[in-house]
Amino acid sequence: MTYAYYPGCSLKGTGRAYEESLLAVFRALNVDVRELEDWNCCGATTYMSVDELASYALAGRNLALAARENKDIVAPCAACYLVLNKTQHYVHDYPDIKTVVERSLASIGLTYSDKVHVRHPLEILLNEVGLQAISARVKSPLKGLKVAPYYGCQIVRPYATFDDQLNPTSMDRLLEACGAKIVQYPLKTRCCGGSQKGTLPEVGLDLIGYLLAEAQKRGAEVVATVCPLCQFNLDVFQKEARTDQKSVSIPVLYFSQLMALALGAPANAIGLQRSLVPVTPILAKKEIAYA
Amino acid sequence: MELKRIIKFEAERDPEFSRWISHTVGGENIRHCLQCGLCSGNCPLSLYMDYTPRRLMHLSREGFKEEVLRSSSIWLCTTCYNCMVQCPKGINITHLMYALKQRAIEEKLYPKHFAIPVMARQFSRMVRKSGRITESWLIVRVFMRTAFWRLLGMSHLGLKLFRAGRLGLKPEKIERRAEIATLLDSVTAVKKELAL
Repeated sequence: MTYAYYPGCSLKGTGRAYEESLLAVFRALNVDVRELEDWNCCGATTYMSVDELASYALAGRNLALAARENKDIVAPCAACYLVLNKTQHYVHDYPDIKTVVERSLASIGLTYSDKVHVRHPLEILLNEVGLQAISARVKSPLKGLKVAPYYGCQIVRPYATFDDQLNPTSMDRLLEACGAKIVQYPLKTRCCGGSQKGTLPEVGLDLIGYLLAEAQKRGAEVVATVCPLCQFNLDVFQKEARTDQKSVSIPVLYFSQLMALALGAPANAIGLQRSLVPVTPILAKKEIAYA
Repeated sequence: MELKRIIKFEAERDPEFSRWISHTVGGENIRHCLQCGLCSGNCPLSLYMDYTPRRLMHLSREGFKEEVLRSSSIWLCTTCYNCMVQCPKGINITHLMYALKQRAIEEKLYPKHFAIPVMARQFSRMVRKSGRITESWLIVRVFMRTAFWRLLGMSHLGLKLFRAGRLGLKPEKIERRAEIATLLDSVTAVKKELAL
């Protein structure tokens, strides 16, 4: 089965490493994806505060395009994944929203469809590929690298379609299959502040700080994320973040970068060089082979 | 010492606001709110709020419009959905926060040069024009209008991100850009027709 890959805007910009590594993982595991033709911005969380009906229509265009290609969508970005799911729920629950979405899409010759499944890479890798198949293809095991699995909010809330809302474990299991050691990380679904760092910096830096300090206290050597904004906040603002620790230094990677590494992809092809907190020292220390 | 009456008389409440919140999408169950406080207890931002989510729900349904729309809480909400998944009465608190943001923007009840509404406006303009967001230009546009001096302070960081290949300057665009404008105009027209 071929999936319609819906990268979203961040994966073409600040989150490029997510796209590079995820596509490498899909290639290594024979998951067939093709980028959705002429996809548009889903509206993210920002559009909702201007005009929610317009944001459902924007998301609806992508769902309609995927329906026309007769494919399910795979949406790696947490915000895109939520918005597409949310649109389907709200169109289903509220007749007025349905009318607006259907009629506005009709104006550009598209038909809304609720047949498209919006899926997340974590779930496809876990349920369609499976842990055994992944373990079998690991070329460079992660050798007990201690990982704090950080899911953030919007992958599991409010629509827990494939994992628990407060204590998800899908990423834990995938990384374990690649040889990582998962540390207990109770803040795994606590908010990183989203775009708060840009709008209300003091608050944003506190929230980022809690997450990093806790990961460090728990002995994690790497934080693994599933969301471009989480990765950006924890990586880029790590030096500024406010914590109760003397200093915090912990690389923040996408789960897909760790998986791609284990599956033998070369470091520069999966964006390891794009992290501001350097990643290679810990790989060298753990003697994890990479090209 | 300046003395101010802090309790409101019933006649000072705004019944229209109260009706509006319980008829808005997500607010259908607001009358059933138990005031249990699970929302506030789970909210990672409630530490910073003037009115925690529990208080905000109560103030809204009782029609304390000014207090609610001028509250910092509606801008602090990051929409992490913790409150909503915990609410025993199924009140869609996160969605109500969106609705309150929209209402505050409509009624212009926010501080001058406040970044969040500016960002929302620039974001929607960019989507309308290009169909996609180019993060680098969005950041520049927002800071130009809110805190120019911070943009200058960020140039060092910007350079690092640019070197890491994370700040593309080439604007992202879709092929059929005209479709987006048509789509958005059509939303406005249908909304008007249905009086939404």
